[in-house]
Amino acid sequence: MSFDFISLFVAAVLAGTPLLLGTLGEILTEKSGHLNLGVEGMMFMGAVTSLAASYAYEQMMKSAGFAASGFVSLLVALVAAFAAGALCALIYSFLTVTLRADQNVTGLTLTIFGTGLANFCGELLGKSAGGFVTVSKVTKAAFSQLDLFGLKNSASPFLQTVSKLFLQYNWMVYFAIVIAIVMAWFFKRSRVGLNLRAVGENPATADAAGINVTRYKYLATVIGGGICGIGGMYMSMVNQSGVWVHNCVAGYGWLAVALVIFSTWSPLRGLVCGLIFGAFTIMRLYVNIPGLAMQIYDMLPYAATILVLIITSIRQSREHAQPKSCGTNYFREER
Amino acid sequence: MEQTQYAVAMQGITKTFGKTVANNNVSLSLRKGEILALLGENGSGKTTLMNMLSGIYFPDSGEIRIHGEPVTIRSPKEAFDLGIGMIHQHFKLVDVLTAAENIVLGLPGGIELDRKTAAARISEISGKYGFDLDPNKKIYNMAVSEKQTVEIIKVLYRGADILILDEPTAVLTPQESKKLFDVLRAMKADGKSIIIITHKLHEVLDVSDRVAILRKGEYICTIETKEATQQSLTEAMVGRSISLEIERPEVENKTEMLKVENLTCINAEGVQAVKHATFTAYGGEILGVAGVAGSGQKELCEAIAGLHHATEGSILYKTGDGFENVVGCKVEEIFKKGISLAFVPEDRLGMGLVGSLDMVDNMLIRSYKDHKGIFVDRKTPKKVCEDLIESLEIVTPGTSTPVRRLSGGNVQKVLLGREIHYNPKVLMVAYPVRGLDINSSFKIYDLLNEQKKKGVAVIFVGEDLDVLMEISDRIMVICGGEVSGIVDPRECTKEDVGLLMVKTGREKEAEA
Repeated sequence: MSFDFISLFVAAVLAGTPLLLGTLGEILTEKSGHLNLGVEGMMFMGAVTSLAASYAYEQMMKSAGFAASGFVSLLVALVAAFAAGALCALIYSFLTVTLRADQNVTGLTLTIFGTGLANFCGELLGKSAGGFVTVSKVTKAAFSQLDLFGLKNSASPFLQTVSKLFLQYNWMVYFAIVIAIVMAWFFKRSRVGLNLRAVGENPATADAAGINVTRYKYLATVIGGGICGIGGMYMSMVNQSGVWVHNCVAGYGWLAVALVIFSTWSPLRGLVCGLIFGAFTIMRLYVNIPGLAMQIYDMLPYAATILVLIITSIRQSREHAQPKSCGTNYFREER
Repeated sequence: MEQTQYAVAMQGITKTFGKTVANNNVSLSLRKGEILALLGENGSGKTTLMNMLSGIYFPDSGEIRIHGEPVTIRSPKEAFDLGIGMIHQHFKLVDVLTAAENIVLGLPGGIELDRKTAAARISEISGKYGFDLDPNKKIYNMAVSEKQTVEIIKVLYRGADILILDEPTAVLTPQESKKLFDVLRAMKADGKSIIIITHKLHEVLDVSDRVAILRKGEYICTIETKEATQQSLTEAMVGRSISLEIERPEVENKTEMLKVENLTCINAEGVQAVKHATFTAYGGEILGVAGVAGSGQKELCEAIAGLHHATEGSILYKTGDGFENVVGCKVEEIFKKGISLAFVPEDRLGMGLVGSLDMVDNMLIRSYKDHKGIFVDRKTPKKVCEDLIESLEIVTPGTSTPVRRLSGGNVQKVLLGREIHYNPKVLMVAYPVRGLDINSSFKIYDLLNEQKKKGVAVIFVGEDLDVLMEISDRIMVICGGEVSGIVDPRECTKEDVGLLMVKTGREKEAEA
């Protein structure tokens, strides 16, 4: 058994980022007391809309006779992915917050809906583009790896290693890390974050304290959905380099839901968990254990998920637990 | 301007929930700087009325004036803005947050929380009224009285000058209640106007200036406290004159029915909920169990019924001539052994009955195994139900109405009736009169006394010390899962029992 740690680490970060984004989106959602099982669907929708939006922008510029800008293409994709995830989450919020529909059923339906619609749109897009759909070089470049501080070709081997380990990812990796840090600060230090936690723990209490429970639930769920959508964008724009691949999210949304539990609803622990699970998903390419079948490697993240669920349910802690009202809808005048 | 001497004036308030009229044309006024007791039986609409003042519910019709100004209160936030703060019966606190975090919850301010300033202001308020509170303590580490302190400081922090307390003493020991009343008097002296919701008459007489009485959602009258007596208040509350005496018939030939020795139980959180409990229950007596809520009463009852695993000790039932240990037996085995035990859990519609099933089906839950064959026999239980409806005067449209639709008192009668029907030797009831009005409560007391006369050992877990003192032959007090004493209510005072309820380690050491 042999492996190259640096390559494994880099690959784990790359593979873990969409998981991290999905996890962060779901943490924000669950902090408001809503368990949205539609992460997979929202990621699918984010994946297809970002690709479609980028492609549409490029085609528009082409027909107008201008050169497409990579940065604008990136922005268009980002906004589209967020909007798609947010819109799905908005449907979910309307059903669960306003109409008080069952959260599990609504979330599952959202996953089925998002998966189906995204695959349908992706195929349609490919067909109309003549075979398969792909974005142009400029957009691909915008999603390819960076070279922060220009250390890639530094004279010092140490700086080269540092650069390889930390400074050469695509922008979305850093984006996800920033979101995690901001979110951690938000829950721990900010007034609005405290209010949101109260809403998720005990909506009746938050309500009596004068917090607008409905607004908080909607905002957290919708923004959380948007972040999941961005996680989906990573799958199509980075993992598949701007090409629509059927079923490209492939269960990452479900892993993200499990990761929320693994990270015990903490964005910072989510960073580590994303990395670990990222490593599991790409392990077969970097850690070669002779005689171990490919299928066993492919099972790893899911086996780990089961293990994590067992461990976290044995360990009882009040602080690192799911927000208490999660899964139940709040109605003020309920008697 | 006669109006402005009132801090609160509610006129013609009506609120309905579906077909139920919770408040019908109720009027109420609170003078500035007074303590007004709002008295009424359970279900008389006291809490609903106050929830409308604190913005939880919105009235269907009627007018509310605060300091003479007509106002519309649409949300709790608007109530705070008007200086109204409510301390709910079921505390509205977030467990995983600290006291300070709970207190500043929902308040406007900078983006970042300033925990230091908050802690300083909390200390200032604590000092002013004589509270003792650590702002950085998490709520789940707190005792009930501490949680209540957090609730009170929470509304004071928001600058409330009208305070509403919903049954504040329900969870307190007599000593803690006294302390609370001192705080209330201090607040009154400070010019705050206070409404206290309660159904305990002696508290009303003790602390209030005036009493407003509600009955079945309607406003009855407001009386000056100094002109009121327990009897007059009860009559106004119930609508007719009734005896407040609870019977305690004497029974000869008491026999040991149940011996619990050194029983220890661990609850879901891994904490010892019952610690080395030892006691005996005799047939022909009512053993009252007193203690602050959550002292292990629930675990104790469940352990005896076989629902909760006992880690140590033995539970001996009388079977024929000897005693049999049933620790580790399943509920069904205990039942099969011919040990008749009836358990009326505190959570009537959760553990006791299935709310959406009708009376017959609820009977079947206990008895379906008695009938052999593939098909269920509904005729026998139906007959039993009809008998019960008649003998216990259960008000129900019929045996096929879901029990959820019955009133609290009738639900309790169904549950108690079912358990009594199987002629238990030991009958355990937990909070059997919780949420019942005075009439239904007395029916339940009569039923229990009847069982006692038949030689059944009745174990009565109660929360109202006044009732326990009157009905029990002996009172077992538990504190933190330990039996802190078994006393004869005829020979001790409520204060003695109260002391046992909060018996600290220090006192135990002194004894040792």
